[in-house]
Amino acid sequence: MTAVATAPPREHTGSLRGSLPHLAPFVGVLATAMILPLVGNDYWALIGTRMAIYWVLVSGLNLVVGFAGHLAIGYVSLLTLGAYTTSVLVAGNVMPPLPVFAALPVAACVGALFGVIVGLPALRLRTFYFAMSTLGFATIVTQIALAWQSVTGGGIGIVGPEFPAPFNTAWGFYALCIAIAAFTTWLSANVAHSRFGRALIALRDAEVAAEATGISKPRMLIAIFLLAGALAAVAGGLFASLQTYITPDAFTFDLSVLFFIAILIGGRGSILGPMLGTIILTILPEIAAPLAAWSTFLYAVLLLLIVLVMPGGIAALLDFRNRRPLASNRAILPRAAALTDIIRDRTGGRMLRLRGIALSFGNVRAIDGLNLDVATGLIHGLIGPNGSGKTTTLNVISGYYPAKSGTMTLGDEALPAGQPVERAARGIARTFQTPRVIGEASVLQNVMIGGSVDGKASFIEALLALPRNRRDERRLAAKARALLAVVGLEALAEVRADRLQHSELRFIEIARALMLDPDFLLLDEPAAGLSNDEIARLAELIKAIGARGIGVLLVEHHADLIFDICDTITVLNLGRTLAAGTPAEIRVHKEVVSAYLGG
Amino acid sequence: MLASILASGLAAGAIYALVGVTYNTMFSTSRVMSFTAGQLAMLGGVFGSLFTLKLGLGVFAGLALTLLACAIIGVITEYVAVRPVLKSLDQHLYVLSTLAVALMIQQVAAIKWGTEPQPFPRLIGWGSGVWDEKFWLPVVACAFTIGALEYLYRRTLVGRAFLAIAEDNFAARALGLPERNLRIASYALAGVIGGVAGFSGGELLLAFFANGALLNFYGFVPVALGGLGNNRGAIIGGLALGLFQQAANFLVGGIFSSVAVFTLFIVVLLMAPQGLFGTSTARRV
Repeated sequence: MTAVATAPPREHTGSLRGSLPHLAPFVGVLATAMILPLVGNDYWALIGTRMAIYWVLVSGLNLVVGFAGHLAIGYVSLLTLGAYTTSVLVAGNVMPPLPVFAALPVAACVGALFGVIVGLPALRLRTFYFAMSTLGFATIVTQIALAWQSVTGGGIGIVGPEFPAPFNTAWGFYALCIAIAAFTTWLSANVAHSRFGRALIALRDAEVAAEATGISKPRMLIAIFLLAGALAAVAGGLFASLQTYITPDAFTFDLSVLFFIAILIGGRGSILGPMLGTIILTILPEIAAPLAAWSTFLYAVLLLLIVLVMPGGIAALLDFRNRRPLASNRAILPRAAALTDIIRDRTGGRMLRLRGIALSFGNVRAIDGLNLDVATGLIHGLIGPNGSGKTTTLNVISGYYPAKSGTMTLGDEALPAGQPVERAARGIARTFQTPRVIGEASVLQNVMIGGSVDGKASFIEALLALPRNRRDERRLAAKARALLAVVGLEALAEVRADRLQHSELRFIEIARALMLDPDFLLLDEPAAGLSNDEIARLAELIKAIGARGIGVLLVEHHADLIFDICDTITVLNLGRTLAAGTPAEIRVHKEVVSAYLGG
Repeated sequence: MLASILASGLAAGAIYALVGVTYNTMFSTSRVMSFTAGQLAMLGGVFGSLFTLKLGLGVFAGLALTLLACAIIGVITEYVAVRPVLKSLDQHLYVLSTLAVALMIQQVAAIKWGTEPQPFPRLIGWGSGVWDEKFWLPVVACAFTIGALEYLYRRTLVGRAFLAIAEDNFAARALGLPERNLRIASYALAGVIGGVAGFSGGELLLAFFANGALLNFYGFVPVALGGLGNNRGAIIGGLALGLFQQAANFLVGGIFSSVAVFTLFIVVLLMAPQGLFGTSTARRV
């Protein structure tokens, strides 16, 4: 218990002191950028401006690649699109000329639109398809820029937009680009530190669990594709101005590679890392001039080395906090009594009813006409031999498998088959047979994922860090800490989840599921891999959860645990109900004893 | 005009189909989609021009050396970019590692060979107009490759071992098949097929370093249409893509043909994510 008492109350108030170590490097980079005009010449202004412009694009792309884990390798296409859109609008080739500050927002909208179009395959398909669609788009944008001569000037090119004073000097334009880069850094950090940023990482590393907490992949991805596309197009407009004259040759695929690799060198799920990556990769060819022709080759070698040797990138190198050893003799000590402060007490029972559910995989009948009633406030055990359809039943209830026939009702409403994303909003939470936890996120963040549907703020509010989003964050963090205390893991809140033991992951999953304050909690073999002491504590925890009026459906192989804590038990065999009743009835049921319990 | 569309469409389609088969050959033994597929076809053109035109070797010697060089590149890919990441297939690291190798190949080609398209020699000298060899040669090469692959897969022990590994890797290893050696062999075979695509299409596409990225995309579209690992789907998809692209090219102009292909790609992926001939994936939970 001493560990609990000495756990530092960090970031409880969101104080400046807590976030200072995170902010310091960014302030350092910004300060360096402000000093540069005092010490550098126009050549450095050019390099600095280029860096800032690249970062405007990379800060958005980082959310796609580093956070959502989608390998967008052809983002130079959106830079090209933004550059040409801005240049053409300012030059007035298709309509009366626009001032550059009006053309940039238009370009941002065009970029956002195409960002989504290019991203469409990512909504449904595996990684390689999205990589290919961005590559294909990069190929055709260059072809169109070459061929559509009346608008883009073809191979001859077009004049880039010129900014009005005071931004028309080298240092003036530099200041503008740095200001925009600082702004986009702030935007992307806001998204990254909101529930949307956590949802992106959840979709990347634990997609199935993310769906169970109500995170909709298409909506999340479309939001960040809009943002990343818009930022890339704005970067394109600035890039065109920096170049003063653009031709399709200016947008080589090498640039795409630079953006992409800057993020991977920087490390996934970090903002500082990719920023340093962008800076390094922009300077690298300048300080090694003889190698300039081989720069892409060097980037490629770097990429291969990172993948094979250092998958965490710069961010992992800088993550000192997670190198401190954890106490090896730590124990999970749940304090179930604290549940009363977090989980509301339910009055009036609801029923989860399954009637005649059937589902086959090929010729195997996994479930064959199953009836099941789970009531709030009771603990319902679901047992049976391997392959009897226990987990499949959970998957049907939580929507991963649509049943071929039969009906499900929740209270008075029908529970539609399929649609796992809808379950969280209906008050159904679950855990998984193998814990599905985001290894690269902290324990606290993992638990906060569970409250995703609870957030009130929209994506825009999160993007601009408006008060409602800050309230969401404080509320979710406080609730997650309280639930970690309930399951006995609050001392590990800031630790990366992949450093934890298997049994601890099981309790994290329960805390995550409880974030919903669900009416029904589905537990899939929560005691598997736990020690006897831990199973006893788990039993107390589950009983306390049931006592708060939550209906628990417990799939388990530990017969002792089942008979100890369940109010009713259903025994499955070959997808059918073999027996149902109270523990006392099941214990003496002849067929159950011979088929399953042995005796 | 119809004859032109058919001739150029089938020729381009045959090249795309062969690149698609290159993807599938690597995928079947390793479950890896490799970005080197298009680069291998690019190298087929570059090596072909290098050996036959620059070094003045005969057509057959040039072809043999080209295929050998491509096979070696294929094997290097397996060693450098595929084998180290096979342990963690679900993290999709292969996308990055094969991309890195593809970029290296492309950059070396750009620097050592030059960034301008260079001519590819006339190989046989038969035919003119729509019957020009640059149109029928890729089609013949494609047909020959299909025949050879069919023979390999159905009549030879090695081919059946390939099929076994593609069907169920674990079961095949449990039977004692030399999975690693077969994987290396399949990457060599993929190199040869990519080399054939580039060599036979050399007169049409020229020896040009940027063909790699282009063929990566145009060769992947038939794979997406036909379903991963499905050679029949890739051939049908490739020929259909070539005809579609050239028809769009002749009818509405060059800009829109690439737009049309990209639109087709996105639409098919959204309508039939598993491809038109593919099967659905395994359970997730």
